[in-house]
Amino acid sequence: MKDDNKPISRKAFMQELRSYRNGSITRRHFMGVTGLGTAMAVMGGTMPAFLPSRARAQEIGDRVVLATWPNYHDPANFDKFAEMTGAYSQVNVFGSNEEMLAKIQAGGSGWDVFVPTNYAIPTYVDADLIEPLDLSKIPNYDAAAFDPRFAEAGTINGTVYAVPKNWGTTGIAFNSDKTGGVVDSWKTFFDGARDQFDGRVMVHDYQLTTIGNALVYHGFSFNSVDPAELAQAEKLLIDVKPHLYAISSDYQPAMRNGDAWLTMCWTGDGKQMHTDIPEIGFALGKEGGEIWSDYYAIPKDAPHKEAAYALINFLLDPEVNKAEALAHGYPVADSRTNAMLPEELLNDPILYPAAEELDALEFGAAVTLTDPNRAELMARFKSA
Amino acid sequence: MAMTPSRARGLLLTPAGLWYAALLLLPLAVVLIFSFGERSPIGGYAPGFTFAQYANLPARFAAFRNTLTLAPIGTLAALLIAYPLAYFLAVKVTPKWKTLLLVLVIVPFWTSILIRSYAWIFLLGGKGIPALLAHLGLEDIRLLNTPFAVLVGIVYGYLPLMVFPIYVALEKLDKRLLEASADLGTPPWRSFLQITLPLSMPGVLTGCMLVFILLMGEFLIPAILGGGKVFFVGNALVDLFLQSRNWAFGSAVAVALVVVMLVVVALYSRAVKRFGATRDDTGLM
Repeated sequence: MKDDNKPISRKAFMQELRSYRNGSITRRHFMGVTGLGTAMAVMGGTMPAFLPSRARAQEIGDRVVLATWPNYHDPANFDKFAEMTGAYSQVNVFGSNEEMLAKIQAGGSGWDVFVPTNYAIPTYVDADLIEPLDLSKIPNYDAAAFDPRFAEAGTINGTVYAVPKNWGTTGIAFNSDKTGGVVDSWKTFFDGARDQFDGRVMVHDYQLTTIGNALVYHGFSFNSVDPAELAQAEKLLIDVKPHLYAISSDYQPAMRNGDAWLTMCWTGDGKQMHTDIPEIGFALGKEGGEIWSDYYAIPKDAPHKEAAYALINFLLDPEVNKAEALAHGYPVADSRTNAMLPEELLNDPILYPAAEELDALEFGAAVTLTDPNRAELMARFKSA
Repeated sequence: MAMTPSRARGLLLTPAGLWYAALLLLPLAVVLIFSFGERSPIGGYAPGFTFAQYANLPARFAAFRNTLTLAPIGTLAALLIAYPLAYFLAVKVTPKWKTLLLVLVIVPFWTSILIRSYAWIFLLGGKGIPALLAHLGLEDIRLLNTPFAVLVGIVYGYLPLMVFPIYVALEKLDKRLLEASADLGTPPWRSFLQITLPLSMPGVLTGCMLVFILLMGEFLIPAILGGGKVFFVGNALVDLFLQSRNWAFGSAVAVALVVVMLVVVALYSRAVKRFGATRDDTGLM
């Protein structure tokens, strides 16, 4: 890590490769760029004959299809679910909320459960694409145990459409060896990109966060769709573009090998990189930025609805959820689960920042998901 | 029961007709219909009849410009590298080695282009070739996430498609022509220019066409090796369909790409025909 000018040794290469495989598949966009979200991991047995209980299998069917984000579950939990219910989980990994919406909109996605982020839920409800949840089938969901901030986006006009999974933030990951210390403002992020960090900064290939944080730089709302404010964000982005290392949400490999020094970063990636490479830190932009919460929901056309309810209920079991959290490293909103998590995780400033640090952050707004101006701005930025 | 010849012909053509209808016309018709529609407020497609999507095409001008710049350069670079390789394989190598070397050209195809492009991230990244160059005193060379990296990826990815048609053309070359030419005192470089090169032109033209057409639709290599900063029409399409979900505009861009390709291919085959004509006229054969 220290000396970038030495050619890579065979051992170091293997190390890179391993950490790359561990961490490179970042949460949202990698799949979008590469496999168009078709990358698919089949977990559990694909052979019904191997399933433990044929009898129980008939109650909920022998399979359930889950569309989720990369590195967001404990694979052992799916085995456990198959053992308990006879239904194996087929897991599809996706790159962005937009991509998930595109699949569901096109119809026949075949998904039973999917994991939308807070700001996407109103669009699904408006378009009549998701099922109002029958909470009697999800007894493990205890609304009282959840911080309302991370649960309320699942309820629209008094109807519960989605129950919370995990939450997190979008902040800044920095390599303190190179940046000379903590970078905790979007001002330093974007100004430094054109100055002392020239050629070493990455932004997401994702309109919500890239445009959002450029807006925050100017003191506007992360969610603005005001044309005048968007124009200023665009000017900043296009001005910065020639100095960027990359526009990509697959930032872990470049950060890990020292090519990139600064990147927009989601909580879990920040945690993973910091654990492996202590000099990579994670900070929230003090001007603001994004806080988000992911949810479980069931598409209207889900082919295995009973299995969908069973899987959501299973994953919300605090014991199961604890294993999930230990595997993926994203913060949990369920106080019952948090009570079981190790102290050092709960005190980890990356996962659970001080409450006042979250004050400046904003939840993404539904309008950003479908606003055509933001989409076109992003296209102009990328093709500039 | 005898069939009239025309009926028999009709029946025999049915499979091909169905094939065209289902695999070519139908999807194309959907794209065409979508391109006159609108983006629904939440994204996706809303029926309509408007030319608005086509009027908006200049918004993707940069993507077309980038593609139309890098695709010909990539094709040319692939040709310059593929020709000597194909020549070597077809003319110079002994039969014993030929099969092995040919297989080696194909072997990379057995792995996904995605994986192979990722391998280039390591080679072109800070700890790969730039680190070696730094040893030679060339400090701070950035290769990854530049148009150059995209070009390298393109040439690497499509090289076999260029090598094989040229190889086949050279393989068929009648060696007696070269012997006769040598007997008549022609120096080898002139024999190459007057015999080998013209006779391998069909392979060259096929290879260029194959590579160029595929490059026009490329999106993976620019995304991976260009670091998202090099934006092709293919990337614009992926974003329009999967991110902004503007299917109507995406369809219009797709139709525009088809039209651009048709024009380019038409110009190309006209040039090729003229080339063939002059060749006959000059009696080069």
